[in-house]
Amino acid sequence: MSYELAFEVERGDFETAGGASRKIKKTLQQLGISSKIIRKVSIAGYEGEMNLAIHSWGGTILLEVAETEIILTIQDSGPGIPDLHLAMTEGWSTAGVEARRMGFGAGMGLPNMDRNADHFEIESKVGNGTKILMKFFL
Amino acid sequence: MKLSRVQELLEAVVLSGESHLDDEVLTGFGCDLMSDVLCFAREDAVLLTGLINKQVLNTVDMANMNSIVFVRNKMPSEDVIKMAQEMNLLVMSTKYILFEACGMLYANGLKGAHLR
Repeated sequence: MSYELAFEVERGDFETAGGASRKIKKTLQQLGISSKIIRKVSIAGYEGEMNLAIHSWGGTILLEVAETEIILTIQDSGPGIPDLHLAMTEGWSTAGVEARRMGFGAGMGLPNMDRNADHFEIESKVGNGTKILMKFFL
Repeated sequence: MKLSRVQELLEAVVLSGESHLDDEVLTGFGCDLMSDVLCFAREDAVLLTGLINKQVLNTVDMANMNSIVFVRNKMPSEDVIKMAQEMNLLVMSTKYILFEACGMLYANGLKGAHLR
């Protein structure tokens, strides 16, 4: 079993943000993945999707379903995170007014992705962008 | 508690997903911060909130929660109601403020949907 699906997420598009995560959830349900794992992937993926809409200049989400794991790769082309340690601290956020009006920007997104994934990697360079790799073991 | 009892206690108007009124709910979570809902709320719970945008529906969907009650007489736009209908999600609106609505449900046996 091997399955791949890619989505683009636009900067600042709070109207349609969440659409990729809903499709990922439906896909995993159709593939017969357990609801416990789907919930973890859905929450981590949605946090990532909202981060792309809120913080990035736009980016992509890649879903890969393999024999023993689900991999989510969330990547953008900027602006990049100057201090990853701060960004991973609960309660620290640079989100703007619009994101906060939607109920986001509490500084919980990245830590929550880390909490839900079995394996979490983040790399970021100012000017180059951010890449997050999350694995969920089946 | 049946969701129909939640509707009755809160004198709530049903905006979508009426067929779920017969479903059971064991816990509730009251919050206007979707980030915290995604972090702390248990699945199969009812979310009580004063936020009425589409991201509230997405949050409840991703967290596998079973219904939404908008408090303080908040009414979402037609777009949001249509999206809830397409998702087949039970969404209601009550005149009570968040504190009162949570208190009434808690006093009648609904527990907090806290994960930790």
